Amino acid sequence: MKTHRKLKTLGRFGLSAVAAAMLLLSPADSSRAAGEGATLPSIDWSFSGPFGTFDQGQLQRGYKVFREVCSACHSMNLVSFRNLAEEGGPGFSPEQVKVIASEFEVEDGPNDDGDMFMRPAIASDRFPTPFDNEQIARLANGGAFPPDLSLLAKARVGGVDYLYALLTGYEEAPADMELAVGMNYNAYFPGHQIAMPQPIFEGSVDYDDGTPGTVDNYSQDVAAFMMWAAEPKLEARHKLGFKVFLFLLIFSGLLYAAKRKVWSTVH
Amino acid sequence: MAISEQHEPHRRDFLYIATGAFAAVGGVAAVWPLIHQMNPDASVQALASIEIDLSAIELGQTVTVKWQGRPVFIRHRTPAEIKTAQDTPLGDLKDQVSRNDGLGGAEDASDANRVVRPEWLIVVGVCTHLGCIPVKDQGDFNGWFCPCHGSHYDLSGRIRQGPAPENLLVPKYEFIGDDAVQIG
Amino acid sequence: MSELHGEPYQPQSGFMKWMESRLPIMGLLYPTAVTFPTPRNLNYWWTFGGILMFCLTVQIMTGIVLAMHYVPHVDMAFESVEHIMRDVNFGWLLRYVHANGGSMFFIAVYIHMFRGLYYGSYKAPREILWILGVVLFILMMATAFMGYVLPWGQMSFWGATVITSLFSAIPYVGDMITQLLWGGFAVDNPTLNRFFSLHYLLPFMIVGVVVLHIWALHVTGNNNPTGLNVKSKQDTLPFHPFYTAKDGFALVVFILFFAMFVFFAPNILGDPINYEKANSLVTPEHIVPEWYFLPFYAILRAIPDKLGGVIVMFGAIMVLFILPWLDTSKVRSASFRPLYRQFFWVLVIVCIGLGYLGAKPPEGAYVVWSRILTAYYFFHFLVILPVLGLVERPRTLPQSITQSVLGKDDGGQAESKG
Repeated sequence: MKTHRKLKTLGRFGLSAVAAAMLLLSPADSSRAAGEGATLPSIDWSFSGPFGTFDQGQLQRGYKVFREVCSACHSMNLVSFRNLAEEGGPGFSPEQVKVIASEFEVEDGPNDDGDMFMRPAIASDRFPTPFDNEQIARLANGGAFPPDLSLLAKARVGGVDYLYALLTGYEEAPADMELAVGMNYNAYFPGHQIAMPQPIFEGSVDYDDGTPGTVDNYSQDVAAFMMWAAEPKLEARHKLGFKVFLFLLIFSGLLYAAKRKVWSTVH
Repeated sequence: MAISEQHEPHRRDFLYIATGAFAAVGGVAAVWPLIHQMNPDASVQALASIEIDLSAIELGQTVTVKWQGRPVFIRHRTPAEIKTAQDTPLGDLKDQVSRNDGLGGAEDASDANRVVRPEWLIVVGVCTHLGCIPVKDQGDFNGWFCPCHGSHYDLSGRIRQGPAPENLLVPKYEFIGDDAVQIG
Repeated sequence: MSELHGEPYQPQSGFMKWMESRLPIMGLLYPTAVTFPTPRNLNYWWTFGGILMFCLTVQIMTGIVLAMHYVPHVDMAFESVEHIMRDVNFGWLLRYVHANGGSMFFIAVYIHMFRGLYYGSYKAPREILWILGVVLFILMMATAFMGYVLPWGQMSFWGATVITSLFSAIPYVGDMITQLLWGGFAVDNPTLNRFFSLHYLLPFMIVGVVVLHIWALHVTGNNNPTGLNVKSKQDTLPFHPFYTAKDGFALVVFILFFAMFVFFAPNILGDPINYEKANSLVTPEHIVPEWYFLPFYAILRAIPDKLGGVIVMFGAIMVLFILPWLDTSKVRSASFRPLYRQFFWVLVIVCIGLGYLGAKPPEGAYVVWSRILTAYYFFHFLVILPVLGLVERPRTLPQSITQSVLGKDDGGQAESKG
């Protein structure tokens, strides 16, 4: 009789936890559901869900899109070349990373003569920025500042889904809408007027692995790459989380049994 | 109903032991991240090796570079200095071990075991006594002299006189081509 | 009334006898923490006190190690947090635990407070215990607010700007006070630096008040679901092993809930825009505080006058200080107060409603509803509670805690709910 009551209490606890879990795990990782604008298309990302991992091939393709398209205007200054070879990332080898890094020149110095000089980048260098400062970036982009891409997948409502939607959301402006000078119509951008012109087109980037070069593929791949850049420890987090959950479930079972046993002497 | 002891007090129940064990394991596992965060992080590890251009270092000159937050002395030794270092009898040495991270660790402290190329002496510039930085071209053996507590090192970076217990550490390094060395 | 004590400590080993005659620390702790007489009918809502101790410990421990890597400077704060997330060993784990730990702390404290409201735990002789709890709540809010500024994201910066500007509403000295808080003419590096210092200090003040809170608890003893006083030894059980086992189980279930956020949805409670570095020239479209401040934020925005809004918002917390004297009922537990029980649930819904409105833009129907719910919030405390105690007819109370536990099959009285 007493046990019955206890179970009811327990049931309530359990129910609320399960309800919260369902609420939490339904949207894509680490992003609030989309707010304003059109409903975002929902992509079945390899990294969503509690067991999600990054698709290395996709991240490598995404890096290529970033390198050849995005990085012309956008920085990604929290990411270092060495990250490309780290666990849970695109899975380049340290040798490949050396080569990738050496394609860039970075400023170093001062040397013994007091001068700054350029040298090929090494693995520990951050990704170089396309513009020296915000002012010059604005000057080159019609007054708009291309945001840093390191954390963008976490810094926008809708997260990685929004990034994908934005890249595929360029359309003709509706007839009744007048675009400001230098602005472009995008179905998913808040207010629909975006300074960035459509960045990728069919065939913009040559994929090495035979994946078709469609705007849709480019957009998914580079969005996934940006998700990794924003959350490079996602795989480690999911893996550790699984172990912790398993441990806690068994532990709570043991504790419940122990608690029952302790209390069995009083009623 | 009062509390009644159902077991003999000595017999520990398996359930309680298992629960306690889980609590102990969980507690220890939870503490590990709090400790491990103090270990060198990924950005520090990434700087574990550096490349030095040797072409600008003249004969007889010592330069100091920073590696892993510590000074590294690079000495371009003259033939006379090399000869002095090579001819020093092992018996005169206070520390008979090579102290070379690039070797196994059991070698003797002959000059050949302290350099890769005789003209280049590369040692970590931290006195093995209490961590001060020795001064170059000083001391009774023309190598380094540590002003903190008076340790004298020779031109092979070996301790010859004073309180320091060991020779200056030779870091692991390799030559890249003729004019560059990678330390670490 | 002197402190309640359980069975005294009897040192068994020679060493402990030697020790106890010099520093009787076990003699102090044992009767107050191990054999402490605890009502036998406490339900799971009473486990949140222990859960809060856990939250405080976790926040202090993760906070201390995060401070080993964090840099409180406007040029480096944001990047140092990302350095923790990307490079420091387990840094992502420590930071996500600390960030979500704040939310967990507030979930636990709100449950703890509403449990007190439901079972009348604030009523005589526990007024001081309750007031110390309100002090803890205020300290927690101050700590959480300053902690949220430290990552120096957009919402950190603009949240700090908005909240510190509240003080400028004070007549005559308002501007002086805000400049004093800022150390300048806007939120900037001096502000960040002092917030870091205070964010590190306040948790230890919380620890101090927690000691007082527990001390006060040990004078009056726990309230319980019946609200009845403990009358005999029959009514209580020693804290250990009965409540250590129960609290331990509840704690691990709570940690499971906590872990769900940390590992699988670590950013869901945060605002995305805080992953953008603070920019003092661009205000985000909607400035919204973290969820645990939303009800108070809704109250602030409900009042169309600057000073008035600030006064009413602080009043919403201040009213809790006089709560023990506003409730005129002789009966503690809502289990025996049929009307109060209904009003309690209305208050819960009103608070959740205010939280919802706090997240919405301050326009149209949202403002109207904020005003209605704010008015009801104060009406509940200032009118309903005093009047209800005079007009309500409580149900018959059981004779003792023991009778309520053993004397019936499955009544509503000791039923755990709240």
